[in-house]
Amino acid sequence: MTEAAAEPLITDAMRATIGQRSEPTISEVTTTGVRMFARSVGHVDPVFYDVEEAKKAGYRSLPAPAGYLGTPVYDPRYNDATFGGRRGQGPGPQPSRPLTRILNGGTEVEYFDDICAGDVLTAVGYTSDIQERAGSIGQMLITTSKTEYTNQDGKLVAVMTGTGIRY
Amino acid sequence: MANWAEISEGQELPVLKKNCTSQQLVQWAAGSGDFYQIHYDQDFAKSTGLSGIIVHGALKNAFLGQLVHDWAGNNARIKKYGCSYRGMDLPNEDILCKGVVKRKYEENGEKLVDVEVWTEQANGTKTTPGFATVKFL
Repeated sequence: MTEAAAEPLITDAMRATIGQRSEPTISEVTTTGVRMFARSVGHVDPVFYDVEEAKKAGYRSLPAPAGYLGTPVYDPRYNDATFGGRRGQGPGPQPSRPLTRILNGGTEVEYFDDICAGDVLTAVGYTSDIQERAGSIGQMLITTSKTEYTNQDGKLVAVMTGTGIRY
Repeated sequence: MANWAEISEGQELPVLKKNCTSQQLVQWAAGSGDFYQIHYDQDFAKSTGLSGIIVHGALKNAFLGQLVHDWAGNNARIKKYGCSYRGMDLPNEDILCKGVVKRKYEENGEKLVDVEVWTEQANGTKTTPGFATVKFL
């Protein structure tokens, strides 16, 4: 154990990736996408299903339910069939010893404006922080990544922060 | 629908009770685009060492979003919210989404409320602690 603790997991190559911005990807917010997401969560507020109700409540169209940042455009030439994301982006440079297990540590979203059906969001991601910590499951690598969503008017509307744990 | 004037610190949000069928997990896979098989394929889930299929963490995050939306209504907007995934939840078991008002304040001309939110199993175990900051219009 002391030997494992002596060797840091984080390498200089990993540190160098912090802040490197990804190629932009497109995420579409459509009435169908909003309804499908809202239905799968079990939302009951008609604003997520009925455009007239949404407008009466002050939205431009169906609002994106919390956690929904549009549907990434899928193209089998570029996207992963299981997770939908761009293939080949991978976890980036490897730590000093292989870590095979991955946990989703958490999700956070900050909103700066309404996101509604009809919006087309451009998403750019980057790693904002890499930490290592010893926990009950041993030495863990904790990667914080951020994705910025900008709408068709060039306005930053949301930032999603994800925490990945590898061990 | 919550009314800013009537909100007070310590107030509890109405509990939102969820109990995921495998059908709901399939709907979520389609709605979110996450088709990882541990959420709908028992054999696959077991082959990875799980006891069976498990509820998506991001679905619980969305449940907490619904909890806050249903309480705050459309005269409010979620400014920021998030949660940590500390434990697994299984289909066909109750997931109680709960929240409590921690702070009510005005900042930069905005009427804000911070709430603590979480999901809880029937035995009281909290698997998804989180928070939300809500802006009232």
